[in-house]
Amino acid sequence: MSNVPETLSYTEEHEWITEPSDGVVTVGITAYAADALGDIVYVSLPQEGATVEAGEPCGEAESTKSVSDIYAPVTGEVVAVNGAVEEDPAVINTDPYGEGWLLKIRTDGDGPDLLDAPAYSKLIEEA
Amino acid sequence: MSVPDTKKTPLHEVHEGLGATVTEFAGYRMPLRYGSETAEHQAVRTSAGLFDLSHMGEIFVTGPQAGAALDYSLIGHLSALAVGRARYTMICDADGGVLDDLIVYRLAAETYLVVANAANAATVRSELTARAGKFDGATVDDRSDAYALVAVQGPKAQGILGKLTDAALGDLKYYAILPGAVSGVDALIARTGYTGEDGFELFVSAGDAVATWAALTEAGGDDLRPCGLSSRDTLRLEAGMPLYGNELTTETTPFDAGLGRTVKFDKGDFVGRAALAAIADKAPERTLVGLVARGRRVPRHGYDIVGSDGTPCGVVTSGAPSPTLGKPIAMGYIHAGHTEDTDLAVDIRGKHEPVDKVALPFYRRTP
Repeated sequence: MSNVPETLSYTEEHEWITEPSDGVVTVGITAYAADALGDIVYVSLPQEGATVEAGEPCGEAESTKSVSDIYAPVTGEVVAVNGAVEEDPAVINTDPYGEGWLLKIRTDGDGPDLLDAPAYSKLIEEA
Repeated sequence: MSVPDTKKTPLHEVHEGLGATVTEFAGYRMPLRYGSETAEHQAVRTSAGLFDLSHMGEIFVTGPQAGAALDYSLIGHLSALAVGRARYTMICDADGGVLDDLIVYRLAAETYLVVANAANAATVRSELTARAGKFDGATVDDRSDAYALVAVQGPKAQGILGKLTDAALGDLKYYAILPGAVSGVDALIARTGYTGEDGFELFVSAGDAVATWAALTEAGGDDLRPCGLSSRDTLRLEAGMPLYGNELTTETTPFDAGLGRTVKFDKGDFVGRAALAAIADKAPERTLVGLVARGRRVPRHGYDIVGSDGTPCGVVTSGAPSPTLGKPIAMGYIHAGHTEDTDLAVDIRGKHEPVDKVALPFYRRTP
């Protein structure tokens, strides 16, 4: 079964999100999503300074077999983009919760409901 | 609603044991990949890969009129095929549309093995049976369930297979087949494949599949990696080989796909002859081309190809990131009248991404 860290929150579209630190959250895609996609060969992310809206696509991930939208889990301003995964998207497959992070978003905290780790685990078990 | 049971190949439990990601393909549970599909692809290009292709259909046509029946049923001239050789050919409908692409092996003077795509095996069987019905001396027998098909592909394939057989692999030409024992199991050893590399396809009894796979795995060691359908697709795409359902359909003719040379008119009547003869010397309505994307977004099956005037002039039939080229590649059809257009793009989810038209294949092995 895919790794689902207890400390993170999740979307139904398989993004993970940290608790805010000074109003900034870190966002990535889950091990389950990375595994389902297969080898990720290209990821497109919003620019630093862009505004993203919760539940709306803000990027895409291309693998051998498919392309998937990446959805913003919260509304806010993109304050950092992981250039290393743009250069070498395979990092998302090897370390989805660490070096494979995608975005840091400054958010006021209000946003749609997210899933906790047990709820997300249940979601992917039923998938 | 009743859903037909998904079939499993004799190697299904082996794949599960290897931790394969399994997908449903043509009614079978098949390995999509075992680990990284890119690593599987590279293994075939640089070393060797092991594939389970037991979903493919094995249909035998036998009897004194077997060759004549195949000449009438298919677009190729199979009665002229030498014993021990193979031919890439197709079965068309009366309108010249492609029902399936096939490899036909002549195993003996009166014995042919027709290998069909899994999704089309039932159609090929019923069409061959109906068409061969005009010939008293030809019998069609679908033995797909009795056979497993395992492929060893890549530059190290001969060295690995050579450890397990006394068959004269060095003398076996490309598109040839010979019977032999592989680790003590009766096999038909064919030098054919769908990867653009040298390699072999081994037809063995379904009951011998697991032992054959295990023997190959042991003989190959670190030089041989199990490979799934995902890498098989990128390998064949780089090699410019058509896939039925993508480049070939009942709506396409062999001429559309640039495979007009496989239609043999000098052999008498055959199903589709009149329709194909009528278009043989005309410019095709569309042409299959190779495309390389300048950017990193991938043109995929069904996306529009857009001409210099910004309007659609064709459609992508297959596309993927190419591990060998390091760029997205695609095949697609361009309508007549746009084939000289050099300023092409692909509409990738609303954005026109520039592509360069290139000659196929994208990859050719160095001999």
